Amino acid sequence: MTRTAKFRVWRGDASDGALKDYNIEVNEGEVVLDVIHRLQATQTPDLAVRWNCKAGKCGSCSAEINGRPRLMCMTRMNTFTDEETITVTPLRAFPVIRDLVTNVSFNYKKALEIPAFAGPAHLKPGEYRMEQIDVERSQEFRKCIECFLCQDTCHVIRDHEENKEAFAGPRFFIRLAELDMHPLDTLDRKRAAQEDHGLGMCNITKCCTEVCPEHIKITDNAIIPMKERVVDVKYDPVRWLGSKIRRREGL
Amino acid sequence: MRAMGILMSGTMTTPGRAKIAARHLRTDKWWVQPLITVAVLVSFIIYSTWRAFENAHYFVEPYVSPFYSPCLATSCVEGSSDLGQPFGSWWTFSPSLIILLFPLGFRMTCYYYRKAYYRAFWQSPPACAVAEPHKTYTGETRQPLILQNAHRWFFYAGLIFNVILTYDAILAFKNSEGEWGHMQVGTLVLLANATFLWLYSLSCHTCRHTVGGRLKHFSKHPVRYKLWTKISELNHHHPKFAWISLIGVALADFYVRSVSTGFITDLQIF
Repeated sequence: MTRTAKFRVWRGDASDGALKDYNIEVNEGEVVLDVIHRLQATQTPDLAVRWNCKAGKCGSCSAEINGRPRLMCMTRMNTFTDEETITVTPLRAFPVIRDLVTNVSFNYKKALEIPAFAGPAHLKPGEYRMEQIDVERSQEFRKCIECFLCQDTCHVIRDHEENKEAFAGPRFFIRLAELDMHPLDTLDRKRAAQEDHGLGMCNITKCCTEVCPEHIKITDNAIIPMKERVVDVKYDPVRWLGSKIRRREGL
Repeated sequence: MRAMGILMSGTMTTPGRAKIAARHLRTDKWWVQPLITVAVLVSFIIYSTWRAFENAHYFVEPYVSPFYSPCLATSCVEGSSDLGQPFGSWWTFSPSLIILLFPLGFRMTCYYYRKAYYRAFWQSPPACAVAEPHKTYTGETRQPLILQNAHRWFFYAGLIFNVILTYDAILAFKNSEGEWGHMQVGTLVLLANATFLWLYSLSCHTCRHTVGGRLKHFSKHPVRYKLWTKISELNHHHPKFAWISLIGVALADFYVRSVSTGFITDLQIF
């Protein structure tokens, strides 16, 4: 069944911009990205939008729909009423390039700041052996599609640009957790998380978990476990003493 | 710079970002959740503060209110001190004030409650993608919020309180004459209270970490791994247990007070 939907799309660039209204045809089974593409095809060919897989797996079409960070390709039109005006804006935590396209290079810079997996010196790649239950735990974090919705919604940088220097953000806390939980990783990820990547700035309000399209339990399974591991090495004198006496690093 | 009665956050003012003046563009009722949180927590704070300072109606054979157990001062009503009265007579305030710091600390530093009150009271942020009203933000990196890292100590203390409140629930199998083998409605109230407090404590993130979360090699610790999987299942329901146990402890206290004052009669089951 075809209907006409009311859309309000942010148009502009880094210098200026505004929300512009459009009435556009919507068909049964469509998602927001389909409608944005129809807008491009029929009314405003210069509308800039980044997209790729249309299947929720590439993380390209991240935007804010009715004020909530979401993937446009995974937001079904039948979740809105006929009367509703659907507002689509670019991610508000990152610099805008044009229309719905933002510059997310902040995240790539942060990725570079985390040292890669470092296996034991006595093993060469190919000689690593792990039990399945040890692998499973961090598999959840490998589902990340790097849509950066969690980074966009995190108020630590969304509302405070000045924190971007010190704060890596939830996407990279799951990376640190994945490495710290890896049985063969040898680097100290706990102190690095707290001292170099700003884990202490997270106040666990769980917005990252709420917006994750892969349903990764970012807060419960990565950030809070990392906070507890940081307590082990920095704020728990009993644990610290125990580790010195019994030398039980890397249980 | 102020807009809509709040300081404008970086979301609206940072150069280079899309120029959108609105604090948020959400169309759903995002404010309902923080409003409920404020209503419940403020109600609990008012009730528990009043009860802690009331210093009366906390014991009626065989029940001790959870707000006053263990009752550790000489001023405690006769029969209410399961663990003796080590604080002696020098403690002249309500005996409740000796112990309330521990459950209060456990809940204040709880990962779930932190989320709830940071959002609802401190509005940091009030809801996802709704700009917070603060000019600067340092999270839990400085005093006093760095003390949130003491959560595990309050967790350990909380376990001791759970044991004591479970003991109180077992004592509630006496009747008002002190004879064993009876059950009243109050017995069920104290049992439910102790059960929900255990569920809240055992589902805690610190418990999950202590039991097995801190391990790098699950495969080398099969028993701890199994326990960790069970605690992880409970942990999924932690917010639910946090609210039920909070309301439960207030209701248990209210029940003991009501029986103590004669407001209600404690019905005997057997």
